[in-house]
Amino acid sequence: MPRTLADKIWESHVVRSAAGEPDLLYVDLHLLHEVTSPQAFEGLRLAGRQVRRLDLTLATEDHNTPTRSIGQLIADPVSRTQVETLRRNCADFGVRLYPLGDVDQGIVHVVGPQLGLTQPGMIIVCGDSHTSTHGAFGALAFGIGTSEVEHVLATQTLPQRRVRSMSITVDGLLQPGTTAKDLVLTIAARIGVGGAQGHVIEYRGSAIEALSMEGRMTLCNMSIELGARAGMIAPDRTTYEYLQGRQHAPSGADWDAALAGWDRLRSDVDAVFDTEIAIVGRAVEPYVTWGTNPGQGVPLSATVPDPGDVADPLARAAAERALLYMDLEPGTRMRDIAVDTVFLGSCTNGRLEDLRAAADVLRGRSIAAGLRMLVVPGSARVRLEAEEEGLDKIFRDAGAEWRHAGCSMCLGMNEDRLEPGQRSASTSNRNFEGRQGPGSRTHLVSPPVAAATAVLGRLAAPTDVEV
Amino acid sequence: MERFTVHTGTIAPLRRSGVDTDQIIPSEYLKRVSRRGFADGLFATWRNDPGFVLDRAEHADSTILVAGPDFGVGSSREHAVWALQDRGFRVVVSPRFGDIFASNAAGCGLLTLTLDQVVVEALWLLAEADPSADVTIDLVAGRLIAPGAGLDHPLDVDPYLRWRLLEGLDDIDLTLRHLEMITSYEAARAPLMPSTIPS
Repeated sequence: MPRTLADKIWESHVVRSAAGEPDLLYVDLHLLHEVTSPQAFEGLRLAGRQVRRLDLTLATEDHNTPTRSIGQLIADPVSRTQVETLRRNCADFGVRLYPLGDVDQGIVHVVGPQLGLTQPGMIIVCGDSHTSTHGAFGALAFGIGTSEVEHVLATQTLPQRRVRSMSITVDGLLQPGTTAKDLVLTIAARIGVGGAQGHVIEYRGSAIEALSMEGRMTLCNMSIELGARAGMIAPDRTTYEYLQGRQHAPSGADWDAALAGWDRLRSDVDAVFDTEIAIVGRAVEPYVTWGTNPGQGVPLSATVPDPGDVADPLARAAAERALLYMDLEPGTRMRDIAVDTVFLGSCTNGRLEDLRAAADVLRGRSIAAGLRMLVVPGSARVRLEAEEEGLDKIFRDAGAEWRHAGCSMCLGMNEDRLEPGQRSASTSNRNFEGRQGPGSRTHLVSPPVAAATAVLGRLAAPTDVEV
Repeated sequence: MERFTVHTGTIAPLRRSGVDTDQIIPSEYLKRVSRRGFADGLFATWRNDPGFVLDRAEHADSTILVAGPDFGVGSSREHAVWALQDRGFRVVVSPRFGDIFASNAAGCGLLTLTLDQVVVEALWLLAEADPSADVTIDLVAGRLIAPGAGLDHPLDVDPYLRWRLLEGLDDIDLTLRHLEMITSYEAARAPLMPSTIPS
């Protein structure tokens, strides 16, 4: 029987299978951060258990960490306690940790790939919904809760029910200036935030093959915003070129052996998916959200929709509520929406390519008067690499703030927040009510749109500033 | 984990769709390192609205939350489940749940019931007309019984999850019964897989 890529990875990880029960799957890499792990470690302690596979476990600090300065103690005592708890837990149990100040510290989903730990064919989990990012390498990667974190720490396995499969085929290359972010926001608007619930998505087609690893990570990252359990892309030459030479990637004869295995990681030609969706790549435009979930988006060239046009009463009520929260009127041109703050960063768009795309727009320009722009690299290493290229200077010269690595304003667990009523253009992944601080209003955008918006002070594409 | 067999309680009708976990509990409350004491964070922002359903006296003792589709989408924070449980909820009903939220609920013994929107509507109308109307969730018999709405509806709960909830069994204990299978899987595991500890 023909199998999908997800089937193949799943079946190679089944430790135990019994009729009527979930499969017990082996986990190849378990990533930890400070927010969703303390109660799991406490559970281990109470039960007198150890971490089963320290060599498959890695921790970093990202959600609470300050980005303005990393030299001193974290100011918020509650945040500090949480970070210190992770440090103590890692020391007590022997887990490798990249703490604040380490060159390998950063957002957990940026750190794994850049170390070469994220590889094709693996099962990767983390107590964070954006674990789907790692699927860009042809891994099966998904977010879990704290009880499951404890389960993986104790057993290196996870009981899982088989999920359905979905293919999203994007044929026809994306237009220049249009990014993976625009693509995923387009998909979200089409299928909604629950559209892929209960599915693993495999992205395929010529537009996907043409994406860089960074773009693939952006796309897979936001699979969770479609409701999917995971998103993945079959590994190819682009994947291998990214991996080769990285710290934890195989080398020498091991590299050749690994490559032979990875080349088999693709869906069979006649594999059938439970749900199939087709998107025309060249029709994708720069996309922005107007509402309070990632599925409430339109092309930048469009206007704020009228809830009266929504047929489903629940969706209509949600749209009305979203417009009230966002303080927007139907019919307003998206390009006429002014923002206070631009946030460039997050596990969605905090990698080097994202910073380069924004810097290309900002080079030789200044951000609008009175506007605040935060540039937060996804990891300490991304920050260093960006500085080697002089990107930090471009951002600073334009008037943006060049920060240290972390999750930052994506969810405002550190001090990087919007004030109530403030509006942002943000390269992050969620525009939920209050996500960037109580009362905050978020428009999700791509890095080039973020940069152009910073220049003009209202939602804009790079083509708008090139006059 | 606390057993779940038969529960009778009243409904809090939450007429909203797409209730993400950031709404169930905002990130500010995730900084705590304890596993209990999250009730004050439950729907913290919405509770600033006068008349929010959970704050109405007639729903103060409700134990069954009934919401629109896509409840619990977004972040993986298990704190959302803990906050609902700390507030006293035993059951959440929605036409569709976020996958990770549903897994977390299952692990903690909070029963999630996926029921059609028409059933959700009937339960909303019932609770709005008579907040004290009792509803029984009988996991043993697999029925939801709401006499006030004339409902006696079958439950579609995964049989394995149902058994685990009925017995109050902990996942880790169950998995450790198969420890030798984990060990033998590890012995046969591909040797090229990466290690987080550089050699």
